[in-house]
Amino acid sequence: MTVIDIDHTSRWFGNVVAVNDVTMRIGPGVTGLLGPNGAGKSTLINMMGGFLAPSTGTVTLDGAPIWRNESVYRQIGVVPEREAMYDFLTGREFVVANAELHGLDDAAAQRALATVEMEYAQDRKIATYSKGMRQRVKMASALVHDPSVLLLDEPFNGMDPRQRMQLMDLLRRMGAEGRTVLFSSHILEEVEQLASHIEVIVAGRHAASGDFRKIRRLMTDRPHRYLIRSSDDRALAAALIADPSTAGIEVDRKEGALLIQAVDFGRFTELLPNVARAHGIRLLTVSPSDESLESVFSYLVSA
Amino acid sequence: MYNPTVARLTYRALLGRRRALILFALPALLIAISLAVRGLTGVDDKVAADLLGGFALATMVPLIGVIAGTGAIGPEIDDGSIVYLLAKPVKRPTIIMTKLIVAIAVTMAFSAIPTFLAGFILNGNGQNIAVAYTVAALVASIAYSALFLLLGTVSRHAVVFGLVYALIWESLFGSLVDGAKTLSVQQWALTLAEKIAGEGYVDSAVALSTASVLLVAVTVGATAYAGQRLRRLTLAGEE
Repeated sequence: MTVIDIDHTSRWFGNVVAVNDVTMRIGPGVTGLLGPNGAGKSTLINMMGGFLAPSTGTVTLDGAPIWRNESVYRQIGVVPEREAMYDFLTGREFVVANAELHGLDDAAAQRALATVEMEYAQDRKIATYSKGMRQRVKMASALVHDPSVLLLDEPFNGMDPRQRMQLMDLLRRMGAEGRTVLFSSHILEEVEQLASHIEVIVAGRHAASGDFRKIRRLMTDRPHRYLIRSSDDRALAAALIADPSTAGIEVDRKEGALLIQAVDFGRFTELLPNVARAHGIRLLTVSPSDESLESVFSYLVSA
Repeated sequence: MYNPTVARLTYRALLGRRRALILFALPALLIAISLAVRGLTGVDDKVAADLLGGFALATMVPLIGVIAGTGAIGPEIDDGSIVYLLAKPVKRPTIIMTKLIVAIAVTMAFSAIPTFLAGFILNGNGQNIAVAYTVAALVASIAYSALFLLLGTVSRHAVVFGLVYALIWESLFGSLVDGAKTLSVQQWALTLAEKIAGEGYVDSAVALSTASVLLVAVTVGATAYAGQRLRRLTLAGEE
């Protein structure tokens, strides 16, 4: 069993704090590292991969520090986000080189290529590969030495749905085999489909951790904000506030609209049209004012 | 301290890039000039020494050193593909040593061999001038490779700095200012050439003992430091 421990770790670049006092433990199975763009996911993965020193705190693999410790790569496989590879090589040459650097032979490379189903294009130059093919060859290069830990930075970026499904199957299999698989993503649905365990990171801070369903509930149970315009705002406000699903209403006179905070999302969405109809009020605008992923995340941070 | 896989990748990267054209163009130019000079002026030891000293050793060797030295590692660090070497249980100093060996081999091949040929074309190795400058080119190749490999490891603008050093420091200051001559790879190499060539054909500003010490110190120091820098190399994310 291989475990990565991140203990009170921060990392800053000049005045910018990219990762802020994060503590988490990544164990066997598939873990999703979820967060909006720029949240510090790559910084965190780079520290776990030994490509970045923590400014404070420690990042360890089964107790051994990862930074400046080449021996951890016997156990870690890394799939970087960056596209750059040795484009002048063929896929096979690239994976064979990666195997040799681990002290392994061609057979290991061939197995890895078979695992990612890239044998059919292995003799083409990497320069001619599509994004999904590159991703799979990167994956093969990370798998040659049969690592117990796999770190993937935004692995689904630029993949088409079929390639995405293939990779998800592969990662699921790796997790089921008892490997520690960590992947980052800014897309909720990707993480939902693949990871049972989730770590959420927002603005460099560790916002939530745990089972996906728990986090999903946190996300849907949060107060939802709506901007509503109607034929009679005050009458509508009076009728809505009577129901417990509405937590607060503000009459924004400058905008000529109601700003409504709903606590029970499901109930409110049924309530609103019924109330409007019962009072003969026409709804002109109903728009959620904070549906962006960033606002969902920032809610989690304050929760 | 040598990894054949790293060496293979480095060779292919070095010779596969467009920059590699300069590796072929400069020696071709030297040979072409030598043929022209020989055809126009006939055998002249002084002219041979001037051309090998002024163009081959002062300009061609450092330029090829810049391309091979920085090119052996700089582009990989720039585009991030070095991650595939670093994420392996291979000691970082081994990666640097291997790349140094490749850079030296490439610099020697593309500078010393053409220098030798040019010397033979110019005056048939009269006064041992061809051999003297070939040895100088071989020695300079080692120091230049180590220096420029270090530059490629620490700076994203390694080629620019390398060119500034090679062309402005070595060629301009190195030939005009006496103090600068002591700190010039070219001058260190010339001390050896001076011993080999006939009297009065090669001039060096540095004593052989000083030159040897400086040459070894720079080569070893630069390589050791590059190895340390690679151990601490940070790959920033794209965020």
